Amino acid sequence: MALPEYDLPDASGHFGQYGGVFVAETLIAALDELKEAYAAAQRDAQFIAEFEHELKHYVGRPSPLYHARHWSAVLGGAQIFLKREDLNHTGAHKINNCIGQALLARRMGKARVIAETGAGQHGVATATVAARYGMTCVVYMGSEDMRRQAANVYRMKLLGARVVPVDSGSRTLKDALNEAMRDWVTNVSDTFYIIGTVAGPHPYPMMVRDFQSVIGREAIAQMQEQCGRQPDAVIACVGGGSNAMGIFHPYIPVGGVRLIGVEAAGEGLGSGRHAASLTAGRPGVLHGNRTYLLQDENGQISETHSISAGLDYPGVGPEHAWLKDCGRAEYVSVSDGEALQAFHDLCRLEGIIPALESSHALAYAASLAPKLARDAILLVNLSGRGDKDIHTVAERSGIRF
Amino acid sequence: MTRIAGLFGKLRAQQRKALIPFITAGDPDPALTVPLMHALVQAGADIIELGVPFSDPMADGPIIQRASERALANGVSLRQVLALVASFRHDDRETPVVLMGYANPVEAMGLDEFAAAAAAAGVDGVLVVDYPPEESRAFVSVLRAHSLDPIFLLAPTSSEERIAQVGTLASGYIYYVSLKGVTGSAALDVAAVAARIPGIRARTGVPVGVGFGIRDAATAAAVAEVADAVVVGSRIIEEIEHSARETVCDRVAVLLAELRCGVDSVTAGGKGAKWAG
Repeated sequence: MALPEYDLPDASGHFGQYGGVFVAETLIAALDELKEAYAAAQRDAQFIAEFEHELKHYVGRPSPLYHARHWSAVLGGAQIFLKREDLNHTGAHKINNCIGQALLARRMGKARVIAETGAGQHGVATATVAARYGMTCVVYMGSEDMRRQAANVYRMKLLGARVVPVDSGSRTLKDALNEAMRDWVTNVSDTFYIIGTVAGPHPYPMMVRDFQSVIGREAIAQMQEQCGRQPDAVIACVGGGSNAMGIFHPYIPVGGVRLIGVEAAGEGLGSGRHAASLTAGRPGVLHGNRTYLLQDENGQISETHSISAGLDYPGVGPEHAWLKDCGRAEYVSVSDGEALQAFHDLCRLEGIIPALESSHALAYAASLAPKLARDAILLVNLSGRGDKDIHTVAERSGIRF
Repeated sequence: MTRIAGLFGKLRAQQRKALIPFITAGDPDPALTVPLMHALVQAGADIIELGVPFSDPMADGPIIQRASERALANGVSLRQVLALVASFRHDDRETPVVLMGYANPVEAMGLDEFAAAAAAAGVDGVLVVDYPPEESRAFVSVLRAHSLDPIFLLAPTSSEERIAQVGTLASGYIYYVSLKGVTGSAALDVAAVAARIPGIRARTGVPVGVGFGIRDAATAAAVAEVADAVVVGSRIIEEIEHSARETVCDRVAVLLAELRCGVDSVTAGGKGAKWAG
């Protein structure tokens, strides 16, 4: 099924009942300023040209579309194509959005950028663009995530960013986001908050999606060129959901293409230790938007678990909530163990070390492919490379360096 | 007339300003919340703002966040907060109580069920920090249906248009956040606050309370000179945090009495600054 005339969000930032602007009055003026600046930038041909120039020459776009022939043959069903966002500068899709927002910050005259990060990929991408454009950069990161992703912490420091550990709450992504919001509300006159995913108050979910939609636009052209048709399904992992929104969005009006988001089932949905907000959560309000949340019966936000820090988040972008409710996209979940298996398979069969986040999408593709005919096509967004995860994987395998 | 409107009418007649302390329900212990509320009233509180603990208090600084974490560690839910208010009402039918918190616990309970239960418990007003006017039309009508005052925030960055918008929705009082940042932040620019208050009061027709940055009798006095009410949060939570259970009520009462002196020094019997409302 396809949605005719898809033009969400509406003027007030809503995707149906989801999205919106659920923030304290102290942030409203800053969001209004951002909304106006972004709308003006979208109409500015020079801004768009510079964004595209940077994506081409600094990020290395377009990212390749790669037919994973060997893996597809071993699975014995559908052909799997990988959209290689792992080959971007900094090793993940996150840089697309960071360039867009940094250019916008510069246009608004803000010399200081801040960010929250979970796995560290968005922090690294933000530190990278801050160095590139000569901006001061502060990254908030949960102290638990800093432990899990020590290499990325060092990368950010090499790039000139200050990394601030967050010790409140569960010491992960959601707490880093709370802390970054507090910084923003305090320093709003000279500071731009680069949110890394399609969540937060309007206009962030729309803006981040727009900057990431280059993934889906390229994929549509590349699929046509290489296969003469579009895939039967597009599969992407979903934490906050920015890589998934980036590849899904241009496909929303394309009929006959299933959109499948894969959440982190952690140690299993029944274990209570997972991060599958669309699969197992219910609607609520957090971090400036209404969306599906993992929460207890009293409305307190749950602590989540995933082997991949980038999926370890109790909410999800509001547009995914809308796509789920209206049926245009399906959301499934994959456990830590299944993701690890896919991680190892891609290493051994294709010579590609995928991020643990992306390994969730790969794992679902691996379970779906054998059920389909050999001429079926699955397009998987390989959102990042897995170099950052080798310590986590080694620890799981009982290996010490 | 609601309890809050009645209170401001009475204070206006006495040419006095309101003192509004904030504590988080369940901090340091649910058993101490009602005794703390009574101690606050005896030491001079006119209204009590009672914080509903939330796991992700994005607009609060570290002091109130820690209070929230202590309360949650005690397992305090929104329903229990309402039970604490009902218990307070056994012995105090006069002092208005305003709940202050975040949207998700309220939505998890359901807007209608929450408003009915809050009214039954004896709550007078509700401030949901992350419900700005554009997202709270439904909530405001539910509150009104139960005679609860919707309390809204305004900030130094709020435009004239927004002030007018809040004026159409708010009753009870408006909470003017005196500086940029989160609760517990430092500096307070009284002159800048003084410049905004008359315009807000004129546009909205609702008394204006000022919070953020009030730490002692002197800052309380300075704010009382320009505002209709003085809201103190983080400083009181700090006192609770640093007190033993046995002495917490006494220490908080001493602090509040000091703030009360500050507030009264510029009004009736003090410098006599006139109520401008």
